[in-house]
Amino acid sequence: MGREDTGAKAAPADIGFVGMLRWAWRQLTTMRAALILLLVLALAAIPGSLLPQRIQDPGTVARFIEENGALGEFLDAVQLFDVYSSFWFSAVYILLMVSLVGCIIPRTRQHWKAMRQRPPRAPRRLSRMPVHTTLPLSGEGAPRTREELLDRAEKVLRRSGYRVARAEDHVAAERGHLRETGNLTFHVSILAVVIVMALGGLLGYSGQRVLVEGETFSNSLVSYDSFEPGTYFDADSLADYRLTLDHFETRWDDQAPGVQFGQPRQFDATVTLSRDGESRQMLLRPNEPVRVDGSRVYLLGNGYAPVITVRDAAGEVTFSGPVVFLPQDGANTSRGVVKVPDSGGPEQLGFVGIFLPTAAQNEDGELYSEFAELRNPLLVMSAYEGDLGLDSGVPQSVYELDADEMTELAEPDGAPLQLVLQPGETVELPGERGSVTLDEVRKYVGLDIRHDPVQVWMLPFTLALFLGLALSLFVPRRRVWVRVSGDEVEVAGLARGEDPRVEVAVREIAEKLDAARERA
Amino acid sequence: MNVNTLLAEWSDLLIYSAIAVYAIAFIMYAFDLFGPGFVGQIRSEEAGARGSAGAVEARAAEAQGAERGADARSAAGAASGAATAVLDTAEAGSGAGDADGESPSVRALRRWARVGTALTVIAVVLHLAAIVLRVAAVMRVPWSNLMEYALIASAFVAVGYVVLLLIRDVRFLGTLVTGAVLLTLGLCITVFYTPAAGIIPALDNYWIWIHVPIAILSTVLLSLSACMAVVQIVKAWSEGRETVPGPLRFVRALPSSTDLEKTSYRMAAVGFVTWTFTLVAGAFWAEIAWGRYWGWDAKEIWTFVVWVVYAAYLHARATRGWTATRVAVLNLIGVATIIFNATIVNTYFDGLHSYAGV
Ligand code: HEM
Repeated sequence: MGREDTGAKAAPADIGFVGMLRWAWRQLTTMRAALILLLVLALAAIPGSLLPQRIQDPGTVARFIEENGALGEFLDAVQLFDVYSSFWFSAVYILLMVSLVGCIIPRTRQHWKAMRQRPPRAPRRLSRMPVHTTLPLSGEGAPRTREELLDRAEKVLRRSGYRVARAEDHVAAERGHLRETGNLTFHVSILAVVIVMALGGLLGYSGQRVLVEGETFSNSLVSYDSFEPGTYFDADSLADYRLTLDHFETRWDDQAPGVQFGQPRQFDATVTLSRDGESRQMLLRPNEPVRVDGSRVYLLGNGYAPVITVRDAAGEVTFSGPVVFLPQDGANTSRGVVKVPDSGGPEQLGFVGIFLPTAAQNEDGELYSEFAELRNPLLVMSAYEGDLGLDSGVPQSVYELDADEMTELAEPDGAPLQLVLQPGETVELPGERGSVTLDEVRKYVGLDIRHDPVQVWMLPFTLALFLGLALSLFVPRRRVWVRVSGDEVEVAGLARGEDPRVEVAVREIAEKLDAARERA
Repeated sequence: MNVNTLLAEWSDLLIYSAIAVYAIAFIMYAFDLFGPGFVGQIRSEEAGARGSAGAVEARAAEAQGAERGADARSAAGAASGAATAVLDTAEAGSGAGDADGESPSVRALRRWARVGTALTVIAVVLHLAAIVLRVAAVMRVPWSNLMEYALIASAFVAVGYVVLLLIRDVRFLGTLVTGAVLLTLGLCITVFYTPAAGIIPALDNYWIWIHVPIAILSTVLLSLSACMAVVQIVKAWSEGRETVPGPLRFVRALPSSTDLEKTSYRMAAVGFVTWTFTLVAGAFWAEIAWGRYWGWDAKEIWTFVVWVVYAAYLHARATRGWTATRVAVLNLIGVATIIFNATIVNTYFDGLHSYAGV
């Protein structure tokens, strides 16, 4: 391909609208435009690493906007929290793709032609070529005629992978079209990869579900905690299966010093997968998703779910079940809430809890968790009374308690009430409000379920991308001529583009000719 | 999977020892590069073609130059004097230089460089021993956090440099290479320091054997390419000038900027292919780890940024109107994104890839 003319010229005046378009197209498809677009693309990708992004963490984005007021809203307005689907990021890469197409098409046409052309004839003076060497024509056993010599040259060059053309006094040879083939393959593969990525987003889905030990998930829309379908995803196509979390085995490092102490070492979930009336027990672990009917189930989170029972003054159960607590730190200090709308009393009840898997006290007497495993589990809760706000019509998070319309329960001396529970313990609520029991502590896993019907295409395209790139960078392009004139044989070579070996290659050809001559 | 703390402590000690030895090697190389040694060798080799008298003369000229200290003009004058003398008699006495290309006078001139190389080899041995002990202590892949990553990458650089020395005399890179390795090891034992321990489940997978070493290899290739690019820029700058300031006299003795550019480009080209592999392998791993092959995680973003910058570099090189120096600046921007990716992104940016362990 070599170097391209990229001198951008100002648009000539008076070319009309169509002329203007044509001019813009020509500018867009220059190497220089590609270069600038690449640099702009790199720049445009950066803000997504500096600001929280909705695709990863909508919660953090919402908090960020709230905390930063007008600035947050401005950043949101220019789509800095959705960088990779923003109009400006899309504009850059779409322009780049258009440029790419505009570049590939003419180059493919040219390359097609070039491949079918004969290698160009030798220049008049081969000694002007960058690499040039001569062999004496006479010598022992030298073939007598020029024809014989040129035949031999042709054979040597062909065997070294050159395309060869014969002229009356010389052989012209060329190699390295594979470089441009590779380059085109590479660029086409990039295009293909981008298309497959876009299609995957349109046709697939992803969903999340928290599953406590003993619970079963059946794959239907209502079973997901959250679900993000692609634009063209068809909900009827969800595969029919059920997944039960039988057991979740965890281990953290209690040996290592320093920052390594308390790091996770093992997360093994034993699950039972049931479909078509058949059940199979299998292991689900980080890096080892369960694949079922084209979708994949990943183990991406975990934590503790204390099983809590609330009773009213008469001893009737008003709430019972595992409550998912979200880990806040590496030692699994976790937060969670319990909402009891039908409390048996005049007011609704709500609890905000901190769960400490291995409770400890610091010098100030504050409770904290010092290790992620269940070694000294403790649940600490405060209690609220009033209106939970469940009927307001605004959907509520199950992890947050809206205490605006509620009052915190207090001890008789006025201090806020604190319920402290170990597994198996029950505490009474003051004022005939009933009791709270921590029955046991179970583990839960956070599952991510994904489906991308076109993902399989990534493999062949990335392979082609690689192969193309390697060919494009490392296959040398060169021309070689062998001319017989007077009493000597001239061999000359010309590198076309990057070719560190051109001299060696020409010398080798000369040596082979020499050897062939001696053998003759 | 218990960790042997004794071995881990020995490994740390070896890192400290390697740092000490690299530091002395660095100083020795700096003496060679900025002192009379490196420039003197070239001059006396050229002069050596005339016979040993020439070398003596060159050495005398050098001594003179050194006496006048910063008087660059005289040093440059001496150099060009010796060079013209060589031109006259270039073919006369090819036998004068011995087999190693080092006449006794050159050996004397470049003793600092020789000491530097010997120390570098010792430091590399200590460095490798530190890695071996670390592996023996933890019995798992030796690159599961930033400290280990940097420890291995700097070893690759140092070993690569020593291997290159067997092929060609690139001791002019010694200062830069030992300096960079020294800095990296310093970071390893302080800011990046992570005690020896097991591995977290998220990393416990065969892809760590594919994705990470190739990433390290790419980092090494692209950093070496950038070192070359720095030297190339300085050399190109000096080629357009009559004289250079005293401390930069060594640039006169460097290979031409065109040659440096070619070497730099070749390393970057290989580095780009391996970086592409890092990116693609990362996507394959992400698919089994997180359920999607691409999700614009902070680390993915920066890997992509690095890749695009180097793609731009390769394009710039093939674009008319871009001078070699401007292209080299893109190379340096590329290495800056790599360093940013390996340090700041690893330690300060939240994301799924937060494995630095610091
Ligand atoms: C997605 C955007 C693109 C990427 C990632 C990309 C990447 C690359 C890479 C890595 C090379 C190196 C191969 C080599 O040096 O031989 C290359 C070469 C090349 N690219 Fe692109 N490219 C892109 C878009 C374009 C566009 C839009 C054009 C057309 C204007 C273009 C034209 C070329 C040409 C002509 C070469 C060969 C340069 C040479 O002879 O060395 N590329 N590209």
